[in-house]
Amino acid sequence: MEITTRSLWTMIHGMGFGALYLMACSGALVELHRKYVSPLKPAIEIEDERFLRIYLALMAVLAWLTVLTGAYIIYPWYRAVPPVGTANLAAFPQRLLLSNPATSGWHSIGMEWKEHIAWLVPISITMAAAVFARHGRNLKVQPELRSTVLSFVWISLIAAGIAGFFGAMINKNAPVEGGAAIHIVQGEKR
Amino acid sequence: MSPANPSTSPKVRDFPNGGGAAAVLAAGIASFIVAVFAILADNIPAIKSAMIFYKPTGPLSGVTTCAIVVWLLVWLILHRQWQDRMVAMGRVRAAALILLLLGVLLTFPPIADLF
Repeated sequence: MEITTRSLWTMIHGMGFGALYLMACSGALVELHRKYVSPLKPAIEIEDERFLRIYLALMAVLAWLTVLTGAYIIYPWYRAVPPVGTANLAAFPQRLLLSNPATSGWHSIGMEWKEHIAWLVPISITMAAAVFARHGRNLKVQPELRSTVLSFVWISLIAAGIAGFFGAMINKNAPVEGGAAIHIVQGEKR
Repeated sequence: MSPANPSTSPKVRDFPNGGGAAAVLAAGIASFIVAVFAILADNIPAIKSAMIFYKPTGPLSGVTTCAIVVWLLVWLILHRQWQDRMVAMGRVRAAALILLLLGVLLTFPPIADLF
């Protein structure tokens, strides 16, 4: 059983950082609504405030790691240009997708949207983390600021979902493969 | 006498919202700028080549780096102006959310290709 370095990085980017962000964002939204919006929870404890500050800061780190690994490690492999006359496009995912009308949309709409909308995620969540670091429990009594920040966090979840969906579908139709093979487990001999 | 509720004490209520408003508006502007720079790089060859900061990544490297630089500069400027003030959050909220939604819509290729 083995995996290529490019596959491994794609997994780290998508299933590691990206999927973890989606889960963390869902959890953050539940917690933010429960603590800050719900009238059933009037007071916010210092421990809750500290926890949310650290949690949102870690989410921001996760979001930046996702876009930076995507743009600077995986995307160059994805958009690599094959030498003239190359018949087998398996190592050139963008060209492979564009070579078939049935798959070209995964690049022209999917990747073109994903590569830009994904950057709204770290911008939004970094802002949210900074606002919570500065205002903390004051947001409970600043409903307009709070609801705006929550809207950004919601959009970051949606944008991350769009990027994740297209990333998964693109990798399904034209996987980023290549590089050194990493042996994980030795299979049984027959 | 019961202790003051930490979420509604006078000190908390009077905390200026300017710093938060600056962060929110800067993030809205940045979201919009990402889309605008992407459209410019897509339509104007000179900008497209100027945006190639890192060749393997292509124009995306410049588009996003420039947007981030603009975002941080706008944030810094707004923060310095507003940090100790109470600002009209309704207007800031409307502007930030409109810019954010425009950012989402203008990054969608069928809409971006209209320009």
